[in-house]
Amino acid sequence: MNEPRALLNLNHLSKTYGSNRVLDNFDLTIFDGEFFTLLGPSGCGKTTVLRMIAGLEDTDTGSIQLDGQDIGQVPAEKRPINTVFQSYALFPHMTVFDNVAFGLRMSGVAKEEIAPRVAEALEMVRLGDFAQRKPAQLSGGQQQRVAIARAVVNRPKLLLLDESLSALDYKLRQQMQIELKRLQRKLGITFVYVTHDQEEALSMSDRVVVMNKGKVQQLGTPREIYEQPANLFVAKFIGEINQLDGEIVAVDGNHEYEVKVEGLQWRLHAEHNFKAGDKVNVLLRPEDVRVEYIDDPHPDQYLVGEVVERNYKGKTLDSLIRLPSGIEVIASEFFDEDDPSFDYSLNQKVAIKWVPGWEVVLPHEV
Amino acid sequence: MAPIFRWGFMGLVLTLIYIPILVLVVNSFNASKYGIKWGGFTFKWYEKFWNNDGLMTAALNSLTVSIVAASVATVIGTLAAVALHRYQFKGKALLSSMVFVSMLTPEIVMAISLLIVFMALGIKLGFISLVIGHITFCLPFVIVAVYSRLKGFDMKMLEAARDLGASESSIFWKIILPLALPAIASGWLLSFTLSLDDVIVSAFVTGPGYEILPLKVYSMVRVGVSPEVNAISTILLVVSLVLVVISQLLLREDK
Amino acid sequence: MKSSVGQFRFWAIGLASVWLTLFVFFPNLLVILTSFLTRDPQATVSLPINADSYVRTLDLLYLQVLWDSLRMSLLAMVFCLVVGYPFAMAIVSLPKRWQPVIVFLVILPFWTNSLVRTYAIQFILGNQGIINKALLGLGLIDKPLQLLYTQFAVILGLCYILLPFMVLPLYSALEKLDVRLHHAAKDLGAGPLSRFWHITVPLTSPGIVAGCLMVLLPAMGMFYISDLLGGAKNLLLGNVIKTQFLHTRDWPFGSAFSVILIVLLGFMLWLYFRASRFVSKQGGLNGSDF
Repeated sequence: MNEPRALLNLNHLSKTYGSNRVLDNFDLTIFDGEFFTLLGPSGCGKTTVLRMIAGLEDTDTGSIQLDGQDIGQVPAEKRPINTVFQSYALFPHMTVFDNVAFGLRMSGVAKEEIAPRVAEALEMVRLGDFAQRKPAQLSGGQQQRVAIARAVVNRPKLLLLDESLSALDYKLRQQMQIELKRLQRKLGITFVYVTHDQEEALSMSDRVVVMNKGKVQQLGTPREIYEQPANLFVAKFIGEINQLDGEIVAVDGNHEYEVKVEGLQWRLHAEHNFKAGDKVNVLLRPEDVRVEYIDDPHPDQYLVGEVVERNYKGKTLDSLIRLPSGIEVIASEFFDEDDPSFDYSLNQKVAIKWVPGWEVVLPHEV
Repeated sequence: MAPIFRWGFMGLVLTLIYIPILVLVVNSFNASKYGIKWGGFTFKWYEKFWNNDGLMTAALNSLTVSIVAASVATVIGTLAAVALHRYQFKGKALLSSMVFVSMLTPEIVMAISLLIVFMALGIKLGFISLVIGHITFCLPFVIVAVYSRLKGFDMKMLEAARDLGASESSIFWKIILPLALPAIASGWLLSFTLSLDDVIVSAFVTGPGYEILPLKVYSMVRVGVSPEVNAISTILLVVSLVLVVISQLLLREDK
Repeated sequence: MKSSVGQFRFWAIGLASVWLTLFVFFPNLLVILTSFLTRDPQATVSLPINADSYVRTLDLLYLQVLWDSLRMSLLAMVFCLVVGYPFAMAIVSLPKRWQPVIVFLVILPFWTNSLVRTYAIQFILGNQGIINKALLGLGLIDKPLQLLYTQFAVILGLCYILLPFMVLPLYSALEKLDVRLHHAAKDLGAGPLSRFWHITVPLTSPGIVAGCLMVLLPAMGMFYISDLLGGAKNLLLGNVIKTQFLHTRDWPFGSAFSVILIVLLGFMLWLYFRASRFVSKQGGLNGSDF
């Protein structure tokens, strides 16, 4: 892959509504051709960022550059950027064809060019036969695809999608995720997607920015964000995570530390720089936690816990295990009918361990 | 309430509401002058009305006033409804409360207040003062009709239009106007009937040289029964009923 | 670009604002002002400013007229409420599909000429009218009843013309009422009557006040109804105002009577907003009521 080229630069964007600071000195660079996602809880400012890029919202301070040119003063209707709205916002009095043709007509595309381009866009979202319907005659998923066709037909430099799948039911949403991703590859248009659904963000994006309270929490590939969360917020927002308290006992150099966790001393890896005596959080994903019979021979050290809850989840079996300190840990194991060691009973004492290096060590936060 | 009692009660009230109207309509075709007995079917009262120059002039005047007033009220009212719906501006609360109050102000108060203001501004009583008066009481009805229709739509649509490159004027002509059109047409029709039927405001703001139908009818019924009034009344009733039914159908059409 | 938005906004907001200010707001102020001026045969009104007109409304003769007028309007209002409330309840209890049809049938006459409909009532109530004809024909009476030109006729006429204004706000208030509240009350042991008094009535109080407002105030002004049905003796406030303005040409005095109406409007609006806040819903008459 070539060196990524910056398409959009957001510099020091800020926005305040009354006393509520929704964006705080926000910086971001989006590369040409990538599928980029703004992820965060509702009210984190992600939609505000999207609306600023679209030109539907004014910035208090900061600048927006598209292809190196400042577009801060360019009104929404003049920006080569299109949006797929959360509620689709289709024009109810126009046919599907007229909806899709709207942008082309507004920008004065020649008449004879409009019909083939609309047909092509509708074909792309597999709605070729629906051109003469009214939006009210379509299902939710079909309306969604019209909204996408209506935006991409203009060949924008940037396509913005505002929680575009959230109105669909689970199954349709999964299907649309795959379709969107495929569409993006085919068109080569840069997609900027906004969502509060971490699963959606991880499965579709090339890169994700996690936001909270108007600030960037972490920017990276889905894998980096899941496996190397930069802080406790990101770790907890992206999937389930177990949180153990620890203290640095000794620094072994090169990001290796002796850490005391639950009364035992472990040799752990951390990206941060710590010194002896620092309090830390040791984080473990439930699927990284191993549960074993305590009577089996154990070459390495382990924690002892008591099974307090067992939940069958279909693909996995989740156990809630209480450690002597009172902290409860979730362990998620893939279900394997042939493995007899799998059958713990409630209140049974078990051994808890994890693959060294799969833990994440962060500075202590409350 | 037991269903039979319920239907009976509603039926009774509705019957009582429509009986006088029916009696009037039937009598307009009654050849017997005082409408006491059925004297056979006739069109002669309609002919008398048709041949009465004074009444015809008044009818034409009424039509003129109503068409002008309804049209102006519709234009101003539609614009105001769009503004109230779309924009945030200083005095928005004041504007909407003026709409609200002008809807509730008793007509008699509106009538004398207009009379006083016409005097104060030196506007001569006659066609102009009638039109202004009628626009004033029609305006809130148009605003409310158009506003409630606009409120029924997802207004992200307007942002979508901007996002797709539509200028402010394209948004108005291509999105808002087509969507609001049924309400605008209905607002015009309702304004027209309100204006055509008005007595109270007209009684105060009309001038000696400009006679309109409802006032003419008023002076005729005050002096006693004259059968051509039945004919005129029937025409007025039927015109209003037809227009109101059309206006309601317009609003229902695509819901 | 920006300026075209600005221009559209300017006209959209400006036209209606100027119109309503010039022909609604400003004139109402002028009415109040006029009521404090002095009658002048040459210039209609003139200085000095005084409260003479209000003092004159306290004249026994006018107090009597005022009281008669108020009583007739109030009776009409009460009668409309007594008929309108059960009527609105009956509509709400219909299947959803039928409700708009009945509502439409009730409002339809509102859009027709009320003068003409008043005339139709005159026609029915007269000595030679349908009622008297029928009663005479049946031999129940031997000379016509004096129905026309009575207070009864005026009240009947007012009710007839204004009933839709009562039914509509009541209907929309009742329609919003959550049926589950009734189920809950029933579950807690409330009988039909106590459910009506403790749930339905308080929660529809904004509708009741709105309905009363929309009947009472117009009722006081509809001079042609008393004119056609009440004869020379049974006057409404509207007749007094009309006489003062168009015949006696005593504008300050006529304005003083109108101010009474404006004050009444203000009072009832205040009641309405209080009732709405009590039901904790946003105030404002719903536009779709019309």
